[in-house]
Amino acid sequence: MKVEATLSVNGVPYPVELEPGTSLLAAVRDVVGLTGAKEGCDDSECGACMMLLDGKPVNSCSYLALQAEGSDVTTVEGLARGDELSPLQTAFLEHGGVQCGFCTPGMLISATVLLEETPEPTADEVRIALSGNLCRCTGYDGIVKAVLAVADAS
Amino acid sequence: MTSFATATTVEEALAALARGAKAVAGGTDLVVGARQGKASLPDALVAIHRVSELHAIDETADGLRLGALVTHAEIAAHPAIRERFTALADASAIVGSHATRAQGTIGGNVMNASPAMETGGPLICLEASATLRSVEGTRTVSVEGLFTGPGTTAANADELLVSVDVPAPAPGTGSAYVRLEYRRQMEIAVVGATAVVHLEDGRVQDARVAITALAPTIRRVPDAEAALAGGEADDESLAAAARAAAAASSPISDVRASERYRRAMAEVIARRAVESAVARARGTAVPIPASGARP
Repeated sequence: MKVEATLSVNGVPYPVELEPGTSLLAAVRDVVGLTGAKEGCDDSECGACMMLLDGKPVNSCSYLALQAEGSDVTTVEGLARGDELSPLQTAFLEHGGVQCGFCTPGMLISATVLLEETPEPTADEVRIALSGNLCRCTGYDGIVKAVLAVADAS
Repeated sequence: MTSFATATTVEEALAALARGAKAVAGGTDLVVGARQGKASLPDALVAIHRVSELHAIDETADGLRLGALVTHAEIAAHPAIRERFTALADASAIVGSHATRAQGTIGGNVMNASPAMETGGPLICLEASATLRSVEGTRTVSVEGLFTGPGTTAANADELLVSVDVPAPAPGTGSAYVRLEYRRQMEIAVVGATAVVHLEDGRVQDARVAITALAPTIRRVPDAEAALAGGEADDESLAAAARAAAAASSPISDVRASERYRRAMAEVIARRAVESAVARARGTAVPIPASGARP
């Protein structure tokens, strides 16, 4: 039995009809149509599906979409302003923080949260904060440098 | 799953439970468990995350009351919990990742009743109690008595954990929770230990020690507590307490560690927990989380 709901994603309300067990990730990718967030492990281990729920991080593969009704969901698509990338997105490109790009949406969300809570993190703090986000390509070094560069610039 | 409802009051949630629904808050255990195929989602779910009366942290001279929906992030950041209930802050600070801590609740963590979960040892050693409500009424049980086996509790299916109460520790008390971990986030204890030590004039008035991921439930170790009580928390009594914790272990082998490795690490981790608790009782700062820090 499908349930009608409205999901607010990146400030836009989307009327949806969902099976109750649908994850927030599946609802946003397959119903709303925003495919930035990725399904990596589908098990809350890898962080590729990370979004913001009322400004707080959530592994959206492991959160029921219907529970997000009434909350503001932010995906990686919501970090840029139109065609203008956020400082973190620009820094990821400049410092080689992106290779295949699969972890990038979750990494960017995760790093955004980190910099809001800890505007001037140490390299260790960046590594610990991002250790719920797995990357197979970069060796993490470019990602850490990108986050530190944004912290230094602000 | 065939039905889903969102409750906004405890009464609505209890009525749904009485009709056979299961509660979901942050989803970090329930939904992940379904994804992993451990257990499919229940037929009927009642989401309790909008029940605002279950969100509060109340701290008084008598102790701490945590609403069931208080998140790990809120616990780990709370100044009074970090100061007076430090082992609980140690534990909540290392649950999952920051996404888990932002969504996962103390109520869900307790009711999931994993023998490897982080907050159980601190709650047991701080002598916390859980308040359970159903349409039939309200009752209070100790958190220690709540855990009956791996993933099982003494709560009935129609009961909702509404709050966890932690009495204020005596002045001069230090506490710590330490775990063995392979990564810094998205981890759960491979082996864990909690210690609460009350010092008066340098002597141990009272000590509580519990082991995590070393038995079917998180449990206290009376022999370890006796090894510390009355002494000066010297090297010999700390070593004896750690040996007692290892001796009380009956670990399993699973994907994360062998029974033999867990047994070997039990003494090491228990020793670190007791050392950190004693250091804090003496007024020495040990960073939160104590895992990874050395007093």
